[in-house]
Amino acid sequence: MTTAVILGMGGLGCPAALAISEERPDLRLVLVDPDRVDRSNLARQILFRDEDVGRPKAEVAARRLRNAEPRVQRFDEQSAPELLRDAEVLLDGTDDFATRFLANDQALARGVPLIHGAVLGWTGQLAIILPGRTACLRCLFEGPPPPGSMPTCAEAGVLAPLCGLIGATMGLATVQMLDEKKLFFFWGAPEPGVLYRWDARRGCERPLPLKRDPACAACAGAASYRERRS
Amino acid sequence: MPVTVKIPAPLRPLTANQGEVAVENAGTVGAALEELSRKYPGIKDKLLDDKGALRRYVNLFKNDEDVRHAQGLATGVKEGDRLTIVPAIAGGWS
Repeated sequence: MTTAVILGMGGLGCPAALAISEERPDLRLVLVDPDRVDRSNLARQILFRDEDVGRPKAEVAARRLRNAEPRVQRFDEQSAPELLRDAEVLLDGTDDFATRFLANDQALARGVPLIHGAVLGWTGQLAIILPGRTACLRCLFEGPPPPGSMPTCAEAGVLAPLCGLIGATMGLATVQMLDEKKLFFFWGAPEPGVLYRWDARRGCERPLPLKRDPACAACAGAASYRERRS
Repeated sequence: MPVTVKIPAPLRPLTANQGEVAVENAGTVGAALEELSRKYPGIKDKLLDDKGALRRYVNLFKNDEDVRHAQGLATGVKEGDRLTIVPAIAGGWS
Protein backbone atom coordinates (compact mmCIF):
# COMPACT_ATOMS: atom_id res chain seq x y z
CA MET A 1 0.00 0.00 0.00
CA THR A 2 1.30 3.45 -0.87
CA THR A 3 2.40 5.35 2.22
CA ALA A 4 2.43 9.07 2.95
CA VAL A 5 4.08 10.23 6.18
CA ILE A 6 2.96 13.49 7.78
CA LEU A 7 5.21 15.19 10.32
CA GLY A 8 3.23 17.36 12.72
CA MET A 9 -0.51 16.98 13.21
CA GLY A 10 -1.01 20.68 13.78
CA GLY A 11 -2.42 23.55 11.77
CA LEU A 12 -0.99 22.14 8.52
CA GLY A 13 -0.98 18.42 9.20
CA CYS A 14 -4.68 18.26 10.07
CA PRO A 15 -6.08 19.78 6.86
CA ALA A 16 -3.46 18.01 4.75
CA ALA A 17 -4.31 14.63 6.26
CA LEU A 18 -8.05 15.21 5.90
CA ALA A 19 -7.69 16.23 2.25
CA ILE A 20 -5.50 13.23 1.40
CA SER A 21 -7.68 10.80 3.31
CA GLU A 22 -10.81 11.93 1.50
CA GLU A 23 -9.19 12.02 -1.93
CA ARG A 24 -7.10 8.87 -1.66
CA PRO A 25 -8.74 6.41 0.76
CA ASP A 26 -6.49 3.70 -0.68
CA LEU A 27 -3.46 5.44 0.78
CA ARG A 28 -1.79 4.56 4.07
CA LEU A 29 -1.22 7.67 6.16
CA VAL A 30 1.37 7.68 8.96
CA LEU A 31 0.79 10.56 11.36
CA VAL A 32 3.79 11.59 13.46
CA ASP A 33 3.40 13.92 16.42
CA PRO A 34 4.56 13.60 20.03
CA ASP A 35 2.23 16.29 21.38
CA ARG A 36 -1.18 16.32 22.97
CA VAL A 37 -4.18 18.42 21.97
CA ASP A 38 -4.32 21.77 23.70
CA ARG A 39 -7.45 23.89 23.84
CA SER A 40 -5.63 26.70 22.02
CA ASN A 41 -5.15 24.34 19.02
CA LEU A 42 -8.81 23.85 18.27
CA ALA A 43 -9.39 26.87 16.02
CA ARG A 44 -7.01 25.66 13.30
CA GLN A 45 -6.39 21.98 14.00
CA ILE A 46 -9.61 20.84 12.46
CA LEU A 47 -9.46 17.15 13.35
CA PHE A 48 -9.69 17.89 17.07
CA ARG A 49 -12.68 18.67 19.26
CA ASP A 50 -13.17 19.93 22.74
CA GLU A 51 -13.29 16.44 24.25
CA ASP A 52 -9.88 15.62 22.70
CA VAL A 53 -7.97 18.10 24.86
CA GLY A 54 -5.14 16.28 26.59
CA ARG A 55 -5.10 13.32 24.21
CA PRO A 56 -2.24 12.53 21.79
CA LYS A 57 -2.80 14.39 18.53
CA ALA A 58 -1.63 11.55 16.31
CA GLU A 59 -4.00 9.06 17.95
CA VAL A 60 -7.03 11.36 17.80
CA ALA A 61 -6.34 12.30 14.18
CA ALA A 62 -5.85 8.66 13.15
CA ARG A 63 -9.22 7.73 14.66
CA ARG A 64 -10.95 10.40 12.57
CA LEU A 65 -9.36 9.40 9.26
CA ARG A 66 -9.38 6.41 6.97
CA ASN A 67 -6.27 4.23 6.80
CA ALA A 68 -4.24 6.36 9.17
CA GLU A 69 -1.74 5.07 11.71
CA PRO A 70 -0.56 7.14 14.67
CA ARG A 71 3.05 7.51 15.76
CA VAL A 72 3.16 9.38 19.06
CA GLN A 73 6.84 10.19 18.82
CA ARG A 74 9.35 12.76 17.67
CA PHE A 75 10.90 12.72 14.23
CA ASP A 76 14.63 12.57 14.82
CA GLU A 77 17.67 10.79 13.49
CA GLN A 78 16.83 7.68 15.49
CA SER A 79 13.19 7.42 14.43
CA ALA A 80 13.61 8.58 10.81
CA PRO A 81 14.74 5.25 9.30
CA GLU A 82 11.71 3.36 10.57
CA LEU A 83 9.24 6.17 9.88
CA LEU A 84 10.44 6.70 6.31
CA ARG A 85 11.08 3.07 5.41
CA ASP A 86 7.90 2.69 3.34
CA ALA A 87 7.26 6.36 2.61
CA GLU A 88 6.43 7.36 -0.95
CA VAL A 89 6.04 10.97 0.09
CA LEU A 90 6.82 13.00 3.22
CA LEU A 91 4.82 16.04 4.31
CA ASP A 92 6.48 18.45 6.70
CA GLY A 93 4.23 20.70 8.76
CA THR A 94 6.42 20.96 11.84
CA ASP A 95 7.11 24.02 13.90
CA ASP A 96 10.84 24.05 14.51
CA PHE A 97 13.70 24.65 12.16
CA ALA A 98 15.87 21.78 13.34
CA THR A 99 13.16 19.24 12.51
CA ARG A 100 12.50 20.88 9.16
CA PHE A 101 16.12 20.66 8.06
CA LEU A 102 16.35 17.13 9.39
CA ALA A 103 13.24 16.17 7.41
CA ASN A 104 14.84 17.67 4.31
CA ASP A 105 18.08 15.76 4.82
CA GLN A 106 16.43 12.46 5.66
CA ALA A 107 13.99 12.68 2.75
CA LEU A 108 16.77 13.42 0.29
CA ALA A 109 19.03 10.67 1.62
CA ARG A 110 16.20 8.16 1.12
CA GLY A 111 14.91 9.50 -2.17
CA VAL A 112 11.53 10.42 -0.68
CA PRO A 113 9.75 13.44 -2.23
CA LEU A 114 9.15 16.15 0.36
CA ILE A 115 6.18 18.51 0.55
CA HIS A 116 7.32 21.48 2.60
CA GLY A 117 4.64 23.73 4.06
CA ALA A 118 4.98 26.53 6.59
CA VAL A 119 2.89 29.37 7.99
CA LEU A 120 3.68 32.33 10.18
CA GLY A 121 1.35 35.21 10.93
CA TRP A 122 -0.33 36.23 7.68
CA THR A 123 2.10 34.39 5.42
CA GLY A 124 2.54 30.85 4.23
CA GLN A 125 4.73 28.97 1.82
CA LEU A 126 4.93 25.65 0.08
CA ALA A 127 7.51 23.81 -2.00
CA ILE A 128 7.68 20.35 -3.55
CA ILE A 129 11.17 18.92 -3.33
CA LEU A 130 12.17 16.00 -5.54
CA PRO A 131 15.43 14.44 -4.32
CA GLY A 132 18.18 14.75 -6.85
CA ARG A 133 15.98 16.66 -9.27
CA THR A 134 14.93 19.96 -7.71
CA ALA A 135 16.41 22.39 -5.23
CA CYS A 136 15.99 21.42 -1.58
CA LEU A 137 15.52 23.44 1.60
CA ARG A 138 19.29 23.73 2.01
CA CYS A 139 19.64 25.06 -1.54
CA LEU A 140 17.36 27.91 -0.51
CA PHE A 141 18.69 28.41 3.02
CA GLU A 142 22.14 27.33 4.08
CA GLY A 143 20.89 26.27 7.48
CA PRO A 144 18.42 26.87 10.27
CA PRO A 145 18.40 30.18 12.12
CA PRO A 146 19.73 30.25 15.67
CA PRO A 147 17.06 30.17 18.37
CA GLY A 148 15.42 33.54 18.91
CA SER A 149 16.50 35.06 15.60
CA MET A 150 13.17 34.51 13.86
CA PRO A 151 9.74 34.63 15.46
CA THR A 152 7.89 31.41 16.11
CA CYS A 153 4.16 30.78 15.70
CA ALA A 154 3.77 31.29 19.43
CA GLU A 155 5.35 34.73 19.12
CA ALA A 156 3.98 35.93 15.78
CA GLY A 157 0.69 34.04 15.82
CA VAL A 158 -0.76 32.12 12.92
CA LEU A 159 -3.92 32.74 10.94
CA ALA A 160 -6.18 29.70 11.17
CA PRO A 161 -7.76 29.95 7.68
CA LEU A 162 -4.30 30.26 6.14
CA CYS A 163 -3.34 26.97 7.79
CA GLY A 164 -6.30 25.39 6.03
CA LEU A 165 -5.23 26.84 2.70
CA ILE A 166 -1.59 25.76 2.94
CA GLY A 167 -2.44 22.38 4.47
CA ALA A 168 -5.01 21.61 1.78
CA THR A 169 -2.50 22.61 -0.89
CA MET A 170 0.00 20.22 0.69
CA GLY A 171 -2.68 17.58 0.32
CA LEU A 172 -3.19 18.51 -3.32
CA ALA A 173 0.56 18.33 -3.92
CA THR A 174 0.60 14.85 -2.37
CA VAL A 175 -2.22 13.61 -4.55
CA GLN A 176 -0.43 15.09 -7.52
CA MET A 177 2.83 13.43 -6.50
CA LEU A 178 1.22 10.03 -6.25
CA ASP A 179 -0.87 10.40 -9.38
CA GLU A 180 0.81 7.95 -11.70
CA LYS A 181 -0.70 9.56 -14.77
CA LYS A 182 0.69 12.92 -13.66
CA LEU A 183 -2.45 14.64 -14.87
CA PHE A 184 -2.26 17.24 -12.16
CA PHE A 185 1.06 18.54 -13.44
CA PHE A 186 -0.82 19.91 -16.42
CA TRP A 187 -3.68 21.42 -14.48
CA GLY A 188 -1.94 24.23 -12.75
CA ALA A 189 -1.25 22.40 -9.50
CA PRO A 190 1.97 23.24 -7.62
CA GLU A 191 5.08 22.37 -9.56
CA PRO A 192 8.20 20.85 -7.99
CA GLY A 193 11.14 23.18 -7.47
CA VAL A 194 9.08 26.33 -6.99
CA LEU A 195 8.51 28.27 -3.77
CA TYR A 196 4.84 29.21 -3.56
CA ARG A 197 3.98 32.02 -1.18
CA TRP A 198 0.76 33.41 0.20
CA ASP A 199 0.02 36.61 2.06
CA ALA A 200 -3.46 36.40 3.51
CA ARG A 201 -3.89 40.15 3.13
CA ARG A 202 -2.87 40.19 -0.52
CA GLY A 203 -3.61 36.75 -1.88
CA CYS A 204 -1.11 34.63 -3.73
CA GLU A 205 2.37 36.10 -4.09
CA ARG A 206 4.58 35.61 -7.12
CA PRO A 207 6.02 32.05 -7.11
CA LEU A 208 9.80 31.93 -7.00
CA PRO A 209 11.71 29.32 -9.03
CA LEU A 210 14.32 27.56 -6.90
CA LYS A 211 17.74 26.74 -8.28
CA ARG A 212 19.78 23.80 -7.12
CA ASP A 213 22.94 24.75 -5.28
CA PRO A 214 25.85 22.77 -6.78
CA ALA A 215 27.56 22.91 -3.37
CA CYS A 216 24.53 21.59 -1.43
CA ALA A 217 25.67 18.66 0.69
CA ALA A 218 22.12 17.33 1.12
CA CYS A 219 21.57 17.22 -2.64
CA ALA A 220 24.97 15.65 -3.18
CA GLY A 221 23.92 12.71 -1.02
CA ALA A 222 20.39 12.48 -2.40
CA ALA A 223 18.99 9.27 -3.76
CA SER A 224 16.86 9.81 -6.83
CA TYR A 225 13.24 9.11 -6.05
CA ARG A 226 12.69 7.70 -9.53
CA GLU A 227 15.53 5.24 -9.04
CA ARG A 228 14.06 4.29 -5.71
CA ARG A 229 10.67 3.55 -7.26
CA SER A 230 12.13 1.51 -10.06
CA MET B 1 11.33 54.38 -10.96
CA PRO B 2 12.77 52.98 -7.74
CA VAL B 3 13.59 49.41 -6.75
CA THR B 4 10.80 47.67 -4.86
CA VAL B 5 11.69 45.57 -1.82
CA LYS B 6 9.13 43.00 -0.69
CA ILE B 7 9.22 42.68 3.09
CA PRO B 8 8.21 39.33 4.66
CA ALA B 9 5.79 39.25 7.58
CA PRO B 10 8.40 38.54 10.29
CA LEU B 11 10.30 41.72 9.37
CA ARG B 12 7.35 44.06 8.89
CA PRO B 13 7.47 45.39 12.45
CA LEU B 14 10.71 47.04 11.31
CA THR B 15 9.09 48.72 8.29
CA ALA B 16 6.03 50.15 10.02
CA ASN B 17 4.12 47.03 8.89
CA GLN B 18 4.65 47.80 5.22
CA GLY B 19 4.88 44.75 3.00
CA GLU B 20 6.45 46.62 0.14
CA VAL B 21 9.00 49.41 0.35
CA ALA B 22 10.51 51.52 -2.42
CA VAL B 23 14.20 52.44 -2.28
CA GLU B 24 16.13 54.52 -4.74
CA ASN B 25 18.14 52.57 -7.23
CA ALA B 26 21.51 51.88 -5.65
CA GLY B 27 23.20 49.82 -8.32
CA THR B 28 23.55 46.56 -6.41
CA VAL B 29 21.53 44.39 -4.07
CA GLY B 30 23.87 45.28 -1.20
CA ALA B 31 23.51 49.00 -1.81
CA ALA B 32 19.74 48.63 -1.97
CA LEU B 33 19.83 46.94 1.44
CA GLU B 34 21.96 49.81 2.77
CA GLU B 35 19.36 52.25 1.52
CA LEU B 36 16.61 50.13 3.06
CA SER B 37 18.49 50.13 6.35
CA ARG B 38 18.83 53.91 6.28
CA LYS B 39 15.07 54.23 5.97
CA TYR B 40 14.32 51.46 8.44
CA PRO B 41 17.08 51.03 11.02
CA GLY B 42 17.44 47.55 12.41
CA ILE B 43 16.44 45.59 9.34
CA LYS B 44 20.02 45.21 8.15
CA ASP B 45 20.94 43.23 11.25
CA LYS B 46 18.19 40.78 10.44
CA LEU B 47 19.46 40.24 6.91
CA LEU B 48 23.25 40.43 7.18
CA ASP B 49 25.71 38.84 9.59
CA ASP B 50 28.66 40.47 11.35
CA LYS B 51 30.78 40.11 8.22
CA GLY B 52 28.19 41.78 6.05
CA ALA B 53 27.16 38.57 4.32
CA LEU B 54 23.59 37.43 3.82
CA ARG B 55 22.50 35.39 6.81
CA ARG B 56 22.27 31.67 6.15
CA TYR B 57 18.56 31.53 6.92
CA VAL B 58 17.58 34.49 4.74
CA ASN B 59 17.47 34.60 0.99
CA LEU B 60 16.99 37.34 -1.53
CA PHE B 61 15.53 37.14 -4.99
CA LYS B 62 16.04 39.80 -7.62
CA ASN B 63 12.88 39.39 -9.65
CA ASP B 64 12.91 35.58 -10.16
CA GLU B 65 16.63 35.12 -9.57
CA ASP B 66 18.11 33.79 -6.32
CA VAL B 67 20.98 36.22 -5.70
CA ARG B 68 23.04 33.43 -4.09
CA HIS B 69 23.25 31.94 -7.57
CA ALA B 70 24.14 35.30 -9.08
CA GLN B 71 26.73 37.63 -7.54
CA GLY B 72 25.18 37.72 -4.08
CA LEU B 73 25.03 41.22 -2.63
CA ALA B 74 27.07 42.46 -5.61
CA THR B 75 24.28 41.45 -7.99
CA GLY B 76 23.32 44.45 -10.05
CA VAL B 77 19.88 46.01 -9.82
CA LYS B 78 18.22 48.55 -12.02
CA GLU B 79 15.18 50.73 -11.72
CA GLY B 80 12.01 48.72 -11.72
CA ASP B 81 13.62 45.59 -10.30
CA ARG B 82 11.91 43.81 -7.44
CA LEU B 83 13.83 42.43 -4.48
CA THR B 84 12.02 39.77 -2.46
CA ILE B 85 13.29 38.89 1.01
CA VAL B 86 12.57 35.24 1.83
CA PRO B 87 13.33 34.16 5.40
CA ALA B 88 13.06 30.59 6.63
CA ILE B 89 9.75 30.12 8.45
CA ALA B 90 8.81 27.08 10.45
CA GLY B 91 5.26 27.41 11.70
CA GLY B 92 2.56 24.81 11.30
CA TRP B 93 2.72 22.34 14.10
CA SER B 94 1.73 24.04 17.31
